[in-house]
Amino acid sequence: MYVIETKDLSKVYDNGAVPVHAVNGVDLNIEDDEFTAIVGPSGSGKTTLLNMVGGLDSPTAGTIVVNGKDLSRMRENELINFRLNHIGFVFQSYNLIPVLTAKENTEFIMLLQKRPKKERDARVLSLLKEVGLSDKINKKPSELSGGQQQRVAVARALAAKPDFVLADEPTANLDSKSATNLLNIMARLNKEEGTTFIFSTHDQRVIDRARRVITLEDGKIVKDITQN
Amino acid sequence: MLIKISWRNIWRHKLRSAVVITAIALGLWAGVFIMGFYFGIIEQKINDVVRSEVSHIQIHHPDYKKEDFNINYFIPDGLTISEDLSVDTLVQYTSGRVISMGMIGSAKANSGVRIIGIDPEVEALLTGIDNKVIEGAFFKGVKRNAILVGQKLATKLNIKVRSKVVLTFQHINGEITAAAFRVAGIFKTLNTTYDESNVYVNNKEFRKLVGENITYHEIAILLKEHEYVDTAAEKYKGLYPGLLVEDWLEIVPLMRYMTDMMDQVMLIFMLIIMLALMFGIVNTMLMAVLERTRELGMLMAIGMNKFRLFNMILLETLILAMVGGLIGLILGYITIEYYAVKGIDVGIFSAAYESVGFSTKVFPQLEARYYIQTALQVVILSIFASLYPGRKALKLKPVEAIRKI
Repeated sequence: MYVIETKDLSKVYDNGAVPVHAVNGVDLNIEDDEFTAIVGPSGSGKTTLLNMVGGLDSPTAGTIVVNGKDLSRMRENELINFRLNHIGFVFQSYNLIPVLTAKENTEFIMLLQKRPKKERDARVLSLLKEVGLSDKINKKPSELSGGQQQRVAVARALAAKPDFVLADEPTANLDSKSATNLLNIMARLNKEEGTTFIFSTHDQRVIDRARRVITLEDGKIVKDITQN
Repeated sequence: MLIKISWRNIWRHKLRSAVVITAIALGLWAGVFIMGFYFGIIEQKINDVVRSEVSHIQIHHPDYKKEDFNINYFIPDGLTISEDLSVDTLVQYTSGRVISMGMIGSAKANSGVRIIGIDPEVEALLTGIDNKVIEGAFFKGVKRNAILVGQKLATKLNIKVRSKVVLTFQHINGEITAAAFRVAGIFKTLNTTYDESNVYVNNKEFRKLVGENITYHEIAILLKEHEYVDTAAEKYKGLYPGLLVEDWLEIVPLMRYMTDMMDQVMLIFMLIIMLALMFGIVNTMLMAVLERTRELGMLMAIGMNKFRLFNMILLETLILAMVGGLIGLILGYITIEYYAVKGIDVGIFSAAYESVGFSTKVFPQLEARYYIQTALQVVILSIFASLYPGRKALKLKPVEAIRKI
């Protein structure tokens, strides 16, 4: 069974005179443990596809099945709950809660899941150690570098024990060293813990590290390659 | 965690939050203080009316008031009743009065007055009128037919201590009688209207002039405790079914209206303050929501449901309002307690205050229930103030926020 399975997935924006097909009949299957990059020029539909797969946007046509659940049939509250328990997000601009420390940011999602304190504490410390931020647990985002903030974002995304992590251009705002560091962490988590990562990216470093690269153009998959 | 986030969010913009908290604190401080000020005035007025004018309970002949204070309607067995009451366990003091409507004349002018015949010693204990004598002495220094007049009346008649005045009144047999009196003292109460329209004479002397068989037209009773009023009134109504027994609120119903009205006026006054503050809070919270669109969208994206999101906005509003409200209430309490001892001199408005019987020194006071009521109003205000910003937050689509990322 696939983790993600889309069939004839389309998204049409009908705001202007001419309807825009952001995603156009995409059939996509993602398996467990994948480390996949979705690439393509600006406007090719990468982010829209990722948003739909993440349950943040609804398709105009087609279906998205995540771990056997059809997202297109879910109501808004069900979707929120589904995202909380099954999908991890890493955003381009880190998007941590500015008033919380690294530890609290990581813990926050587990609080939403109503996990017990003991479990939360243990997992937060373990995750922050995994991403190399053991010494920064009490720092707020404003006291961390961009790379460190993005590593907290990765820890937060993993804290909920999601089925997969969607990362929308995670290295776009990072310097070379931080980007490489982050990619190393995510690749290790994928390899050692079997976490599924799906990136949308322009970054060649991410593309080079991905085992599968899906290329989109005009909302359609034009290339889908597996690389070593 | 929500409380922690809400609290920290408030202090993200320290100056903005401080301005709103200060506005709430000042608004409530002013509101609570003004409530205390006006309730102080009312309480003093009630105390003054009870202590100096009407006492707790009065007894009259049932037709005395109906017949326009006709001198013929005195209390049968008034002397006995007054004596019996004076030893009642609930009673502090009683005073029997012989009262007639009449005219007072000096060489300069005449004026209509209520002539109150009193036993000076007893009346002094009951109303403390002896302490209000500002010139001359309380029924001393004049051998016969001594009279006490109010300061305003003395000015009007151009008389002073030891001046001679003529009282004209009706005898019980219907004849108009006149008698000369000499001013023993001039009194001044908090109520200039009262001072202008009442004079005191000795009831033993006055009884000889209006009719020897008159006992008392009025028996005023001061109880040992204000709280005894209802019990005592009920008791005396049962003991003297043939007489008119009234408590102070029945005698001066205006006092009841005044307290009831003040409750309503203060409620409206506080609601207006709250409404003004609410718009300030709504504005601040709306800014807080609009500038955090991305953050709120992200929270929804990672799995924060709408109920929790709204709760977060509500908590922020509540904390903001409660911090300001608490400071305002504490400041209000301190100010009221300080001036409750020291008093506020409103002497600059003395003429206006005294003409309607209010003291020129106000001692503010406010019952605990008004503080609680105000605190509850702040909570309700916060809930209402959070509705619009909260709705704005709930209408956010996470994907739109994500697109901005």
